Amino acid sequence: MTAYDVERGDGVHPGQPVKVDRYTAGARVNHWITATCLVLLALSGLALFHPSLFFLTGLFGGGQTTRWIHPWIGVVLFFSFAGLFVRFWRANLWASEDGTWMARLADVLGGREERLPEIGKYNAGQKVVFWSMSVLIVILIASGILIWDQYFAAYSTVETKRFAVLIHALGAVAIICVWIVHVYAAIWVRGTIGAMTRGQVTGGWAWRHHRKWLRELVGGGKKA
Amino acid sequence: MVSFILPPAPTTDVKTTYGQEDLIKRSASNISPPARQLTPVAKLIDVSKCIGCKACEVACLEWNDMRTPVGVNTGVYDNPHDLTPDMFTTMRFTEWVNPESKNLEWLIRKDGCMHCADPGCLKACPAPGAIVQYSNGIVDFDHDKCIGCGYCVKGCPFNIPRISQVDNKAYKCTLCSDRVAVGQGPACAKACPTQAIVFGTKDEMKKHAEGRIKDLQSRGFKNAGLYDPPGVGGTHVMYVLHHNDQPQIYANLPNNPRISPVVELWKGATKYAGLAAMAAFAAIGVIHHLVTGPNKVSEEEERKAEELAGKGKTS
Ligand code: HEM
Ligand code: SF4
Repeated sequence: MTAYDVERGDGVHPGQPVKVDRYTAGARVNHWITATCLVLLALSGLALFHPSLFFLTGLFGGGQTTRWIHPWIGVVLFFSFAGLFVRFWRANLWASEDGTWMARLADVLGGREERLPEIGKYNAGQKVVFWSMSVLIVILIASGILIWDQYFAAYSTVETKRFAVLIHALGAVAIICVWIVHVYAAIWVRGTIGAMTRGQVTGGWAWRHHRKWLRELVGGGKKA
Repeated sequence: MVSFILPPAPTTDVKTTYGQEDLIKRSASNISPPARQLTPVAKLIDVSKCIGCKACEVACLEWNDMRTPVGVNTGVYDNPHDLTPDMFTTMRFTEWVNPESKNLEWLIRKDGCMHCADPGCLKACPAPGAIVQYSNGIVDFDHDKCIGCGYCVKGCPFNIPRISQVDNKAYKCTLCSDRVAVGQGPACAKACPTQAIVFGTKDEMKKHAEGRIKDLQSRGFKNAGLYDPPGVGGTHVMYVLHHNDQPQIYANLPNNPRISPVVELWKGATKYAGLAAMAAFAAIGVIHHLVTGPNKVSEEEERKAEELAGKGKTS
């Protein structure tokens, strides 16, 4: 069987502890640009979403700046995320063990990994986050352009814009919720954040959470 | 002298009769009700009396110190063809064949802000205080606070506000709130040579309209009536229409205008549900962590990995 979810740059370094390469420097830079954009978009968008959050416009130098900068950050996010998509989509394809993992969500949340199937580079939760982000970013840029009145006001009717702004607000709430899940998972599962800072995790982390991936790597899947 | 013919403009000792303390609504803000209630005012536009001379357009430009570029003739009388950030009112001309009388009727409607009692622009606006409503009914934009997002355009059931490409702020008719504040009527009403535009208290204007409607009905316009649409709580700019049963023939004047249900949903349930959902996700995270504690890798798991890696051929 081909190790479909071993990505370029993944590799194992035996030692005490074992070190496993999970993300290349390119992937990490790409990730953090995307992350920064998403946070800035959430802050600038929420400033307009509810009066109690309007004070957030202060972070961007006032309401006018917040209004014009938000869609531009969105454009950067779109292209940056497209980079992540190209890197990660293959390893995020649904696998047979993902159904089992989902069915045992109670064990997942309880931290009882021993009762879960061996998992490839990404578990079902990570895959759901990945695909949700992908779909929501497409929805947000499409609806965002429709309400980007500074340049695109003439290209749609006011009635279309009403739906677009509603969809944009709902999409934004959804992506912020997905983002909370994503960040929380990275914090809760100790040892994860190093994957995106230094690019490496420990062997024990890979054994515990992504054993199938680790086995593929050790068994001579694609190497660095 | 009828009451809507206004006194001459005061030149000395000008005092404004209302201000910030008279706001009944303020965009993106909760405000306490004002201590006093001003008498509601209204502008009445009698479409049947309008001769399409556009004196009101000129007066509006003059008073608001605006210039619009010379337009292009596309074979219709409309000039300018639409409202712009520098043109708060425009006459919309319709050639309509009355199916009953077979007469060609030239319908001329002065378009501009209707000053709704329930203003969709104000409901949609995210910037605190950028749109305000005074207790006399005037809805006004405070440009210093406007951020140029264009939400007011989406909120408006009459498609009135326009965003300037120059300063990225929203503009529309102010009902000459600055003139009204010193006891004057709007510039357009002052300029109208036929008194098709009159201004006064809302009650006076309704009474005046009644007389006009009776007159029109006696001349065969049996559906003549007052356009003061209840869907937006009534308006402080009203029309006398000779065919009040079909306002849409007057260049698409909405038949039953109201704030779009999509806007209501966006500005209503979405905000509460959205904030609640985000707060719930964050709270569940915190609670989950408190209950289960961190998900940590054990020493044993590290050793298992060392064993596995030792067996493997990867360096
Ligand atoms: C992907 C490209 C995006 C584009 C082109 C875009 C564009 C826009 C535009 C034009 C507006 C109206 C205000 C303004 O003019 O600034 C807006 C509002 C908003 N955006 Fe975005 N946006 C994008 C992505 C996002 C993302 C990723 C989020 C959330 C993290 C987000 C959250 C919001 C929110 C919450 C609002 C306010 C909605 C409301 O007032 O109800 N946007 N966006
Ligand atoms: S463009 Fe200005 S007035 Fe209109 S909704 Fe946005 S902030 Fe309010």
